Amino acid sequence: MASERLGVVLKAMADADPGGTASMVDRVCGAAGTLLSLSGAGVSLMADGELRGTAGVSEAGIEAVQELQLTLGEGPCVDAWRDMEPVLEADLADPVQVRWPAFAHAGVQAGVRAVFAFPLQLGAVGLGVLVLYRDRPAMLGDDELALGLVLAEVATQTILGLQAGAPADELHVLLADEPAHWAEIHQATGIVSVQLEVSLDEAFVRLRSFAFADDRPLREVAEDIVARRLRLPGAR
Amino acid sequence: MTREERIVETFVELADTMVDHFDVIEFLHRLVERSLELMDCAEVGLLLANAAGNLQVMASSSERSEALELLQSRNEEGPCFDCYRGSTPVFSEDLRADSKRWPTFAPAAVKHGINSVHAIPMRVHSRTIGALNLFRAGTGRLAERDVPLGQGMADIAAVALIQERAIRESRGVVQQLQGALNSRVLIEQAKGVLAERGNVSVDVAFASMRGYARVHNSRLGDVARDVIDGRLEAAALAELSPESH
Repeated sequence: MASERLGVVLKAMADADPGGTASMVDRVCGAAGTLLSLSGAGVSLMADGELRGTAGVSEAGIEAVQELQLTLGEGPCVDAWRDMEPVLEADLADPVQVRWPAFAHAGVQAGVRAVFAFPLQLGAVGLGVLVLYRDRPAMLGDDELALGLVLAEVATQTILGLQAGAPADELHVLLADEPAHWAEIHQATGIVSVQLEVSLDEAFVRLRSFAFADDRPLREVAEDIVARRLRLPGAR
Repeated sequence: MTREERIVETFVELADTMVDHFDVIEFLHRLVERSLELMDCAEVGLLLANAAGNLQVMASSSERSEALELLQSRNEEGPCFDCYRGSTPVFSEDLRADSKRWPTFAPAAVKHGINSVHAIPMRVHSRTIGALNLFRAGTGRLAERDVPLGQGMADIAAVALIQERAIRESRGVVQQLQGALNSRVLIEQAKGVLAERGNVSVDVAFASMRGYARVHNSRLGDVARDVIDGRLEAAALAELSPESH
């Protein structure tokens, strides 16, 4: 049964990109999209409980939804990585438990209704999360859930295979494709930590809260801080 | 407890030690101990090939068998060595008659009170990674019923070792991946810290970090960490920035 599912996944990965330009992780996401009738899928790379990059997406628009979790500091990636188990939310607009008030609100606005996150893990060590999105409220069926687990396993092995060939201390080039403005978010964190004389973690939390309270995208606030157009309240 | 029950119990016990905090040495010692209990032999030893293909003694039931295993790995001669090289079981029903076959090993074994031996290859697919040796005091063949059990023990040891190796290697990759993910963020944060402390733009801050790393032959990630921890002053880095030259 398990090997049949693996066959289905590999076939869908082969079919996922007739043009032949997508990375292997993109193909896993594409295969997930077709097999599980999704509106999109993405693979996040995680470390220390935070989103650290996107290893693959089924289509370009997904990155913005993934990024909400970096901006807001909550969401299915964070939970799946922390608890090391799948997180299934069939209706963000009417959740069984209100886990992520901010993410749910922003997600629905971005057209996401259901979200399913599968941790990518090796034993007790996590490396990322496969997230599946639906634009309509609907739980995964038993068979779909089993396929999701296989897809997560394939994504894990794919990432490990890529990274095994990377130079020491560097990400494999196909895994290093993060949006350019993420760099600014981290630079702004450094600046704020000096200005407020707080740790980097604390600075990031302050940055996030400021953007959230001001109802502005984190990347815009970061851009202003790096350009020295903005100082957070309390900055010396 | 019947022999069958003890065998089942042993395999369950070995399988248990394979999960969570798998300790190779502990696992192999237990395997050797149980082999000694379950099969009709006086001593048991286990040899594993290292990366260079040389056999090393990993576990033995006593000093006596350890000495006999060491003798084989040192002289590259003996039933265990032949078994590993040929990837096939090797036995001697009477070591007193085999001193031509193994000139060093056979007489030494007899002197230690070992008169027959049975060596079983540890195989995974087509790869042989070591051998399990059963030493017996009396002459003659290994009991009929012990032959498949011995092979079973050797197989479970081989699978456990290969699995452990694969997990350990992948763990290294995961750690490297997380290190690279973190150091990428760290470098960006350090740019911000340095820019603010030295009152320069982030680009200038980055250029001086790179300059410092090059001159001191250090990794950018380490320089970033030193900047963040305050071990590297903005002034020290500013001297290296392109604008000061």
